Amino acid sequence: MQVQSLHFKRRAHEALGNATLQSNLEKFGAGGLALLRARAVEAYGRDAFERLRDAGAEIRDRSLADLDTLIERFEREATARGATVLFARTGEEARDLVLEICRRHRLTKAVKSKSMLSEEAGLNEALAAAGVTPVETDLGEYIIQLAHEAPSHIIAPAVHKSKDEVADLFASTHAKPRKTDIPAMTREAREALRAHFLEADLGISGGNFLVAETGSGAIVTNEGNGRMVTTLPRVHVCITGIEKVIPTLEDFATLMRLLPRSATGQPISNYVSLFTGPKRPGDRDGPEHMYFVLVDGGRTNLVGTDMEEMLRCIRCGACMNHCPVYKTVGGHAYGWVYPGPMGSVLTPAYVGLENALDLPHASTLCNQCGVVCPVKIPLPELLRKLREKQVDRGLRPWTERAGLRLWAWAALHPRVYAFGTWWAARYLRFMGGGAKRIRKLPFAGGWTVSRDFPAPEGKTFRELYRKRRGA
Amino acid sequence: MRVGLFVTCLVDLMRPSVGFAAIELLEAAGCAVYVPPTQTCCGQPGYNSGDRAAARALAEKVLAEFEDCEYLVAPSGSCAGMIKTHYPELFDDAPALRARVERLAARVHELTDFLANVARLARVPGGFRGRITYHDSCSGLRELGVKGQPRALLARMPGLELVEMGDCEQCCGFGGTFSVKFGEISGAIAERKCRAIEASGADAVVLGDLGCMLNIEGRLRRRGNETTKVLHVAEVLAGKSGR
Repeated sequence: MQVQSLHFKRRAHEALGNATLQSNLEKFGAGGLALLRARAVEAYGRDAFERLRDAGAEIRDRSLADLDTLIERFEREATARGATVLFARTGEEARDLVLEICRRHRLTKAVKSKSMLSEEAGLNEALAAAGVTPVETDLGEYIIQLAHEAPSHIIAPAVHKSKDEVADLFASTHAKPRKTDIPAMTREAREALRAHFLEADLGISGGNFLVAETGSGAIVTNEGNGRMVTTLPRVHVCITGIEKVIPTLEDFATLMRLLPRSATGQPISNYVSLFTGPKRPGDRDGPEHMYFVLVDGGRTNLVGTDMEEMLRCIRCGACMNHCPVYKTVGGHAYGWVYPGPMGSVLTPAYVGLENALDLPHASTLCNQCGVVCPVKIPLPELLRKLREKQVDRGLRPWTERAGLRLWAWAALHPRVYAFGTWWAARYLRFMGGGAKRIRKLPFAGGWTVSRDFPAPEGKTFRELYRKRRGA
Repeated sequence: MRVGLFVTCLVDLMRPSVGFAAIELLEAAGCAVYVPPTQTCCGQPGYNSGDRAAARALAEKVLAEFEDCEYLVAPSGSCAGMIKTHYPELFDDAPALRARVERLAARVHELTDFLANVARLARVPGGFRGRITYHDSCSGLRELGVKGQPRALLARMPGLELVEMGDCEQCCGFGGTFSVKFGEISGAIAERKCRAIEASGADAVVLGDLGCMLNIEGRLRRRGNETTKVLHVAEVLAGKSGR
């Protein structure tokens, strides 16, 4: 997918001006996944859930510390069970591998369950160009594929769309009377998808986890489409990031207590699929050929660095569900595959700091994301580190640098500072006039775009305090 | 108890009355308040903008100014959180300094936390009549666990009624330099906060951080709300909220 993250501000501006999107986002923010998670945590017991988060972080750290051996073990075990494990350095390489698999098995139609890596690789466009029709089968993904849009959320890809927008889309695509009753709309989509499932010769899934000890891939879905994608077509390709590997099924069980609760507030998702090798002689179903395409895509660059904690991520989406910025501008503003706090760390880490200059700054550092992350990724700390890296590499505008230098210098020289604030308190008080507020702030016009700046009282604390002590 | 008051740069420049209210409350709790005259800023703007060196230089300055105090108290969860939870990591490569900073960090408190849990203020001096709603500022809440403390103190004021707004723990959109760099987004987040405040039916929104205060007041006034007061918890507790 093309990286548009440099245009975050413009895209956010457009999102803020889009009334339909704002109304959809408001609904999502008010009663959405965050609320469901809170209830699930309450039901599980807050302290117990905290211990679970510790356990989750520990599993992911342990996995990352041993990443190379675990991947080798995964490859060995998966191969021993009849699967083929392929490695790709980049999204493009992953795409080429999948196209090669299509050529080898003469495949013409792919059904897909959710995969964000497929977005990283721009897989759908490549498949279509090579004559393989891709059909997204996750309901949200299906909707945005019909609308020719990208996902705006990693687990609820069409969360930016309203029921009415989807109703219009279905009416024009399915050539059936327009419906607005959600169960009826879902049924209609299921009927349309059923034919695709039966026709497809390729199933492409993502992978939530790779279990090294058994060479299994695991996916978590609610609609059952993942089960169909991984069992019906004669070839199954699981495409996912190399960092998803964990040591054992026991670890998988622990992480599965965390993932659905954090994502949708469910104690367990409707379907949990573990796929281990292709169909064996005597098996009644399953693919004839099974491939794992494991993608680096910038991940190994983070191993062993101060950004490694980001690789713990299990893609639950809780950070964006709780992010005031995400909830205000939506996922498309972030300009690449991954939105919200995790996206603001991953995008610059994967596609380059210089290609996503705004993202590390597009956060109030409120730490809502940090406290809900199931594997305790210190997201605000990582965003701050990215900001430091930008400064170190001279990627910030000189005006910002100069302003900060000046402020720091003054703050280190109390007399200069006292004079500066003495002057500023009076000047801003004067500007505030009778209403004691400033409509347009000099040097910080961003503030007064959408709010007033309350004027100061007029004298600084330090001068008043000195006077009081002197009196 | 000798308590060093970290006034904060925003209180110094914008709302000196909050600083004096804090002194009054600390004195009412029996503390000897010391205000280092050379204090300026905790270093957060630099720290959050990626200028670690500037943040560290200011951290050393704060350390020198407050090291001798029994406690450091700030009328801000944000600045107290900076000193308490972020200063130590700035000195990862200087163990001796880090140890001194950690000793200071252990004695740092946000004002209401200090009044409720350490100094155990016996009588809240202020009086207030009306309904208020409390905004939980992010750093105070999530870095320092400030949640029940201000509410417990406010609950001891007879004429005051607390009504909780929806999503009171949701960020107001301030975020320091974020509010200027992304003014439009920041304002849109503040707008949601303002609607929650208005929906609560409170006469005043009370909070513990100047940044949130300026942000919320600025947005309320811009959207035409001239009546809902925006007050620092120190002003309310000290009975200085007539402004």
